[in-house]
Amino acid sequence: MATDAFRSDVRLTVNGTVHEVTVDHRSTLLDVLREQLGLTGAKKGCDHGQCGACTVLVEGRRVNSCLLLAVAHEADEITTVEGLHGPDGDLHPLQRAFLDRDAFQCGYCTPGQICSAVGALAEAAAGSPSYVTDPGTDPAAPVGLSRDEIRERMSGNLCRCGAYPHIVEAVEDVAR
Amino acid sequence: MKPFQYLRARTVEEATTLYADHPGARYLGGGTNLVDLMKQGVETPGTLVDVSRLPLGEVRELPDGSVRIGAMVRNSDLAAHPLVRERYPVLSQALLAGASGQLRNAATTGGNLLQRTRCPYFQDLSKPCNKRAPGSGCGAREGVHRDHAILGHSSQCIATHPSDMAVALAALDAQVELHGRQGERTVAADAFHRLPGDRPDQDTEIAPGELVTGVLLPPAPAGLPSAYRKARDRASYAFALASAAVVLSVEDARIRYVRIAFGGVAHRPWRARRAEEALLGGAADDAAFSRALRAELAAAEPLRDNAFKVPLVRNLAHDVLTRLAAAAPRH
Ligand SMILES: Cc1cc2nc3c(=O)[nH]c(=O)nc-3n(C[C@H](O)[C@H](O)[C@H](O)COP(=O)(O)OP(=O)(O)OC[C@H]3O[C@@H](n4cnc5c(N)ncnc54)[C@H](O)[C@@H]3O)c2cc1C
Ligand code: SF4
Repeated sequence: MATDAFRSDVRLTVNGTVHEVTVDHRSTLLDVLREQLGLTGAKKGCDHGQCGACTVLVEGRRVNSCLLLAVAHEADEITTVEGLHGPDGDLHPLQRAFLDRDAFQCGYCTPGQICSAVGALAEAAAGSPSYVTDPGTDPAAPVGLSRDEIRERMSGNLCRCGAYPHIVEAVEDVAR
Repeated sequence: MKPFQYLRARTVEEATTLYADHPGARYLGGGTNLVDLMKQGVETPGTLVDVSRLPLGEVRELPDGSVRIGAMVRNSDLAAHPLVRERYPVLSQALLAGASGQLRNAATTGGNLLQRTRCPYFQDLSKPCNKRAPGSGCGAREGVHRDHAILGHSSQCIATHPSDMAVALAALDAQVELHGRQGERTVAADAFHRLPGDRPDQDTEIAPGELVTGVLLPPAPAGLPSAYRKARDRASYAFALASAAVVLSVEDARIRYVRIAFGGVAHRPWRARRAEEALLGGAADDAAFSRALRAELAAAEPLRDNAFKVPLVRNLAHDVLTRLAAAAPRH
């Protein structure tokens, strides 16, 4: 595909692999992952940032890929659910915990839930507060994850099957 | 979505020049509001000037003790910043009350200030809306308006501004720093958003092409009590039905300093100046809070379906005042 005023060549590093792709400027990161790179783990739920099914990690931070324009993420490192496993193919501890706790029913929101949980655990470990964190907490210390903390931090991921109790347990297992 | 050109600005100057050279351009911050509105056809820019990588990503203390927030600082980073958590807890809490972890990681300070209303008629091209299409009418006035304004609305528009962060900034007497082709200027955060009047298409005082470069917080001692409380339809991840940002300092049982701003009730963060004046110098007790908040809300003009917001915002503000007063050192 040739580039023109409305299309550009971008270099995206996804799960450690460099991809050179020509993208329509209108393409979201979600669309490029799914339609051009064949990575269908991240899901298109609402396509308006309201459900979290499209959550991926960009430069290690969880974001809604349906609201990011791919062209704006030239040279960024992106991790999708397909890239969470260990070097020898072992499941990520959160993937394992979701299986052990039966933390889904239809599974549609699961890749987004897991990527979001990976981001949430890293945020808490780095000391980032949430709306339910005691304002008096030492900003330099990691935030311990109670169930209330997990619920608040995972509120950007909706589950229409209502698997929330098991999702919270799965995240709690890994947070411990 | 309409095809568009994508240009990435490397400097502030370049951003404003690119904007000026491309009529119909929009700045792209985190994109969490703009891309959504483009999908809906509400925004149809021919060019996006990406400002998200401009070197405006720092929170820094200035020699006089004020704190400057770069316009590209992400909402999550701002909420977690030690200076903000220690000196401006109301700002950290307001940010954390907004959107989700994912959205806060992408959203910028500048984009948050300039996000558009969530009025469903504004977002639906098949409906009349004076804000989106001036002169077409206001679908919400006789329609669904439970989430709309109770203060300062006009016959043209009854929308609310959705930002939680902006409510805290209004209570903190912050300044918004702007850079345009005419140079630089600052506008008080409290006066940055407008009331709708007969120009509901104008959300703010920003001029076309002006770029938000930063927000300046006046000096605040560590431990100056401030807090944010928000009421919404679910426990998390929903826009405010109403909210209250309060800064309160009590000495010798007298109120020495007080700032109150309401969110979710007007076209802009609503600084409760009448209540502040009534409280200043007086006792920090229930009766005073109640009197002051009632005086402020005497100006409320609720619509058919949102009268509940009057006691809601009053009770939220009362609760935050009470909590902050209880935390004040006793003499
Ligand atoms: C599902 C959902 C729930 C949400 N819930 C909440 C909530 O509860 N509370 C809340 O406060 N917010 C909420 N938000 C809104 C969110 O906070 C905003 O979308 C975000 O702050 C916008 O920032 P951005 O950088 O992504 O802006 P963008 O989308 O990039 O830009 C928004 C607007 O600002 C302009 N702009 C951007 N940067 C600049 C600049 N530096 N100078 C001049 N103009 C600029 C753009 O041209 C555009 O018009 C929610 C959003 C979603 C999608
Ligand atoms: S309230 Fe304002 S934004 Fe909503 S329909 Fe009326 S004019 Fe449009």
